[in-house]
Amino acid sequence: MEAGTLIQWLVKPGDAVKRGDIIAVVDTEKAAIEIEVFQAGVIQTIVVHVGETVPVGAVLALIRTDGELPAAGAPVEVKPKPAAPPEAVAKPAPPPPAPPRIEKPAPSKAPQVPSGRLRISPLAMRTAVELGVDLATVQGTGPDGAITKADVERAASKAAPAVAPAVTPAAAAAVVKPAEVVPPARPAVAPADRQAAMRKAIAAAMSRSKREIPHYYLGTPIDMGRALAWLQAENLKRPVTERLLYSVLLLKAVALAVQEIPEMNGFWVDGAFKRSEAVHVGVAISLRQGGLIAPAIHDLDKKSLDEIMTNLRDLVKRVRAGVLRSSEIADATLTVTSLGEQGVETVFGVIYPPQVALVGFGKVVERPWAANGMVGAKPVLMATLAADHRASDGHRGGLFLAALDRLLQEPEKL
Amino acid sequence: MRDEEIKAVVLRVLGDIAPEAELDQIDPAIDLREQLDLDSMDILNLMIGIHEAIGVDIPEADYPQMASLNACVAYLRPRSKGS
Repeated sequence: MEAGTLIQWLVKPGDAVKRGDIIAVVDTEKAAIEIEVFQAGVIQTIVVHVGETVPVGAVLALIRTDGELPAAGAPVEVKPKPAAPPEAVAKPAPPPPAPPRIEKPAPSKAPQVPSGRLRISPLAMRTAVELGVDLATVQGTGPDGAITKADVERAASKAAPAVAPAVTPAAAAAVVKPAEVVPPARPAVAPADRQAAMRKAIAAAMSRSKREIPHYYLGTPIDMGRALAWLQAENLKRPVTERLLYSVLLLKAVALAVQEIPEMNGFWVDGAFKRSEAVHVGVAISLRQGGLIAPAIHDLDKKSLDEIMTNLRDLVKRVRAGVLRSSEIADATLTVTSLGEQGVETVFGVIYPPQVALVGFGKVVERPWAANGMVGAKPVLMATLAADHRASDGHRGGLFLAALDRLLQEPEKL
Repeated sequence: MRDEEIKAVVLRVLGDIAPEAELDQIDPAIDLREQLDLDSMDILNLMIGIHEAIGVDIPEADYPQMASLNACVAYLRPRSKGS
């Protein structure tokens, strides 16, 4: 990813912001990215205005931090990394319990966010980007004031498009290579183009991975009997809104296993392995139209299963609607991919550079399983590890998978 | 609830889960997972969406009885309010 187009400001000069606040939305070739603030302060100056396309790393706004005189300021930069959702933007969400109604544009029922995030359906956001409509000028008529496609089109017909909707088609190799110069105006991006751009981004990252990373691969079948039985009993006690998926157990087990074998968690940078203390697990989420994206669940090792489940649900929803936060796509420290839904039993992963490991899970299948001199039928899951041989060796990789297996035998402790 | 109302609820929830799906193309007799390429997270969100709309809490063990649109209607008909 080299550039993005600013499509919405959620703050104005004078607004106080704190770390983690979402202050703007930038459209890129692969997704709309919500830009977060990393520093508390007061917005002093908006540098990039709606409709402008700027390179990654460009200063979007100046923030005056506490104690600073007006003038100096902490710049907020565009800092997304390749990732890959398709369609448009918006905080999607379950529809309000309204009378039954067949309607494709999802009514958006985003949780109330203090920053005043827009309520808008993915389709409407896409339309706004294509038509170059400034969303600040659109009056929403949908549920809870949500902006619908029709609202956007109405606004577009009133005002001549002031915005050059645009996105760079170019895709960068996985990691952060800010482009210095970006031509000012670009043509509007059709969904097909965005999809092509995503393909290109994946191609660049994966080519780099296979060119630079000496992968080694390990696999071990895991008896999932205990884990699934525990989960089933647990879900029986829970209302539908609080049920867990077994992938949550897998994610937690991976995060705990890397605490034991830290060589799997971090980055290969400048010819050396840099271990990460934090465990931000990238979760590969496929898109039905093709392509995938692996946003991170932060500090997964410290989260409860319920918290992980909540995060995962939210991420899947936002990935499929095309809205992610800048930090989520920038900082996974290792990635998990689960292809069991597609029916495969074994995954041979390709590492996402500069990460050094990718953990793969296949489908849970019933298999004959011998233990203690007895053969029985067990639900078996093939866990695989693709790891960077520059950062670790097969022995450590084997210990990692063994730890994973052991952790999954005690699901109640996860 | 009438069958048409139940069907409309299920389709609306599916529209949220798979915004790219062409809902009018769904064959009501065929497995939704296959038709719309739904995964377990989508299925869970479908059950949650139905629960929020109709108030029916579908036990995990019954998910297989909700495989197609017709099956959803048949399952929900006796359980929804007003029937």
